[in-house]
Amino acid sequence: MSPHRISGGLVLAAPPRVSAAGAIRACPLPSRLYLSLIEGNGRALHCRVVPGQRVRRGEALAHASDALGTILPAPISGCIVAIEDRTIAHASGLSAPTLVLDADGADGADEAATLTPLPGWTGETALTLRRRLAEAGIVGLGGAGYETAEKLARRVDTLILNGAECEPYIGCDEALLRERAADVVMGSAVLAQIAGAANVILALEDRMHDAAAAVRAELHRFPALRVALVPTVYPQGGERQLIEVLCGCEVPSGDWPVAIGVVVQNVATAAAAWRAVAHGEALTTRIVSLAGRGIVAPGVFDVRIGTTIEALVAAGGGYTPDAARLVLGGPLMGLSLPHDQIALTRTSNAILVLAEDEVRRSAPEVPCIRCGDCADACPVRLQPQELLRLLRNGDEAGAGALGLADCIECGCCAYVCPSQIPLVDWYRSGKTALATVAAERRRADHARERFLERNQRLAREQADKVARVAARRDALVQEQAAIAGTQDVGAAAPAAVADGATAEVTIADTPAASAPPMDKSAVLAAIARGKAKRAGRENAPLAGIPAADSSDPPPRKDEP
Amino acid sequence: MKTFVTAGAPHLPAPVRVRRVMAEVLLALLPGVAVHVWIFGFGILVQLALATGAALAVEAVALRFRGVPRGPFPGDLSAVVTAVLFVLCIGPLSPWWISALGMLAALGLAKHAHGGLGANLFNPAMVGYAVVLLAFPRLVSQWPAATADLPTAAHAIFEHVANASWDTLASATPLDALRQLAAQGRQSVEIHNDALFQRSQPAAWTAIATAYLLGGLYLLWRRIVSWQAPLGVIGGCVLLTLPFWLFDAELHASPLRHLGHGGLLLAAWFVATDPVSGCTSPRGRLIFGLGVAALTLAIRRWGNHPDGVAFAVLLMNAAAPLIDRVTRPRIYGHAARGNDAHD
Repeated sequence: MSPHRISGGLVLAAPPRVSAAGAIRACPLPSRLYLSLIEGNGRALHCRVVPGQRVRRGEALAHASDALGTILPAPISGCIVAIEDRTIAHASGLSAPTLVLDADGADGADEAATLTPLPGWTGETALTLRRRLAEAGIVGLGGAGYETAEKLARRVDTLILNGAECEPYIGCDEALLRERAADVVMGSAVLAQIAGAANVILALEDRMHDAAAAVRAELHRFPALRVALVPTVYPQGGERQLIEVLCGCEVPSGDWPVAIGVVVQNVATAAAAWRAVAHGEALTTRIVSLAGRGIVAPGVFDVRIGTTIEALVAAGGGYTPDAARLVLGGPLMGLSLPHDQIALTRTSNAILVLAEDEVRRSAPEVPCIRCGDCADACPVRLQPQELLRLLRNGDEAGAGALGLADCIECGCCAYVCPSQIPLVDWYRSGKTALATVAAERRRADHARERFLERNQRLAREQADKVARVAARRDALVQEQAAIAGTQDVGAAAPAAVADGATAEVTIADTPAASAPPMDKSAVLAAIARGKAKRAGRENAPLAGIPAADSSDPPPRKDEP
Repeated sequence: MKTFVTAGAPHLPAPVRVRRVMAEVLLALLPGVAVHVWIFGFGILVQLALATGAALAVEAVALRFRGVPRGPFPGDLSAVVTAVLFVLCIGPLSPWWISALGMLAALGLAKHAHGGLGANLFNPAMVGYAVVLLAFPRLVSQWPAATADLPTAAHAIFEHVANASWDTLASATPLDALRQLAAQGRQSVEIHNDALFQRSQPAAWTAIATAYLLGGLYLLWRRIVSWQAPLGVIGGCVLLTLPFWLFDAELHASPLRHLGHGGLLLAAWFVATDPVSGCTSPRGRLIFGLGVAALTLAIRRWGNHPDGVAFAVLLMNAAAPLIDRVTRPRIYGHAARGNDAHD
């Protein structure tokens, strides 16, 4: 048991988790799959297929924008029949371009291995292994969906395998640990090798006895792995909270865990990494919890990515008559969905169908009575009631100063609020407003900087010009004095031309305005200089400023 | 395709609602009211009916003037809690209009003029009590020397006239007696045996305080209140009075007497824990409680009023936003005093 604790949190009297009894069941292969080109985290994928194209299972349909181009593998062999806009799982019910993939029936379990297995993975470099994760389409399966190859780009001291389910009802990770512990343990070894982590900790909730036993039975494969049991307190499974509990340290505000040498990976990600490295399997399936009293036969399912919720629910026996709410994710942070034609993605860990009596009734909001229950429950030690007051008054900056950006949106505050205030909604919109303001300020700062620099540059050029004209006037006066002295007209012109080769750009374009009276030789010399200058510009457009003006910044393309 | 109604997270039902919080507080006040009736008679029941009626009436009118739909508000029971707390502070045989006036000040002035539930800076019940105490100190501080039955109580409340017979019915509170006797230079043992003090029924007051303590422990057990504010008040009182009492028990009252004879326990469990006008950070609540105890003792010792709980609470209410500001916990991932740098 870990000596550290998170602040606040909730001990939820949750219904028994569905996975406690049932084994992982297979969801029947659907005939049509939908793969959105915008992932749940809002990042767009680059499409690599066209309608009508046949794809094999594991083949790249699209790739992400990370350095290694983590792909979206085809979950099934078949044909791309269309790319159309479909509703995705998004708080605003947005649509996104979606690949429609019809299965051709040429798909078997044996076909899953489309990449060359790397049996000698212990001898491979981190980059090779990261490439493998990218070409197998491995992303974080815990929910955020960050590309695993990208997340492991920096070496860390500690790798934490997150097996602590974040929310009640969700049981996919526990089921995975119970039934496929070897994959998780070996996957931990792979991820630890990539990250160069000396400490590898597998975190489980203290109530997952079967899962812990299953993992311990496989520990001989990777003895460096340490199993840690953490208290079942929501949101213990949150990345930052888990680090606090296991390491006793906090991730600095606004930073990523790698800043303190820690990386957290979901256990399902580890298992998928092992399948990709040792068996050459791309990420085409995932384990999804189907729970709630709105489902006839809830359970944990092995689901092909891209399956619609409707098909998954059908595998779970369909809806009960009092099914009232469809939720993607858990009951505290999950997203309420408008219909079941939305497809599961790589990050969909649970589908809840809550019955009428399980769900929060929409009640009129009562004013905040500042009871502080929210502050007691907040795992980040924010003062939610103060943030609410500031946001209601439109003071996003004030809320930002009180740590609005540190809110992890776990929903503890909104859950305990006796006034039923949708606090997290307020914080989300406040964060969006803050981000908008920050972006606008950045743009304004940039524009102001450019404007000031341009003004300085123009002033500097004007000063240079004045100085050059003055210098030239002096030179001409001296020259004329010299000419008057020698009366040798013929010698002056070649000397001036020869001089022009080095002095061409020190002469401004308007030398005549204030110049003293010139004789013919001076005019000839000026023409020669002008020609030389134009030639110099054409030959070396960017190297136009010679040594005399080298303190100036290089010329900018947007110069008038 | 099956469609669903969407709603924001969280999706689980709320564990506690405001109405239930208020109902639990009322339940916890029951022992105190019961002991009150047992000792002082039915006067308090008449006052409760009066004050509750006045509270709901003022609340309804105020909501109407503020243009707030009446929907959930009178049902949240907060006005009833205010009425009960106010009644427990005043003498049970005070004239009927005292309750009406107190509720007008409590709900009209302290609560709705500040923006209603959740927006008031000062505890409404304490504002109501402070107003009537300052305006009619004698009328609200008279306590029956004997149990009053319902007709007697009603007669006294509704046809209250300052006649000679009233003085025989009424008595001072123990703190009043203590104050008068101490002013005469009496010592502890003498005071204890004095007729004036005995007539103020110190044992009865201790019994009522004990009932408040029981109710408070119930609230603590039900997690309606947190322990910091009550501990601040009780612990502060003990800390401040124990050394003096140990030093010279003849001159100084014991901590138990300080706690048992006045309104400190009522304040500790039901007023200092008021979420709206109190502090919200845990350390803030502790400081709030300590402040209430210290100010109450200071007013008892040096002030003009026998018991200063209401004033102490109001002063601390005024300080609560500042206390909350300086006792904000360190946010996860911020340096030790990083969050203060933003202020």
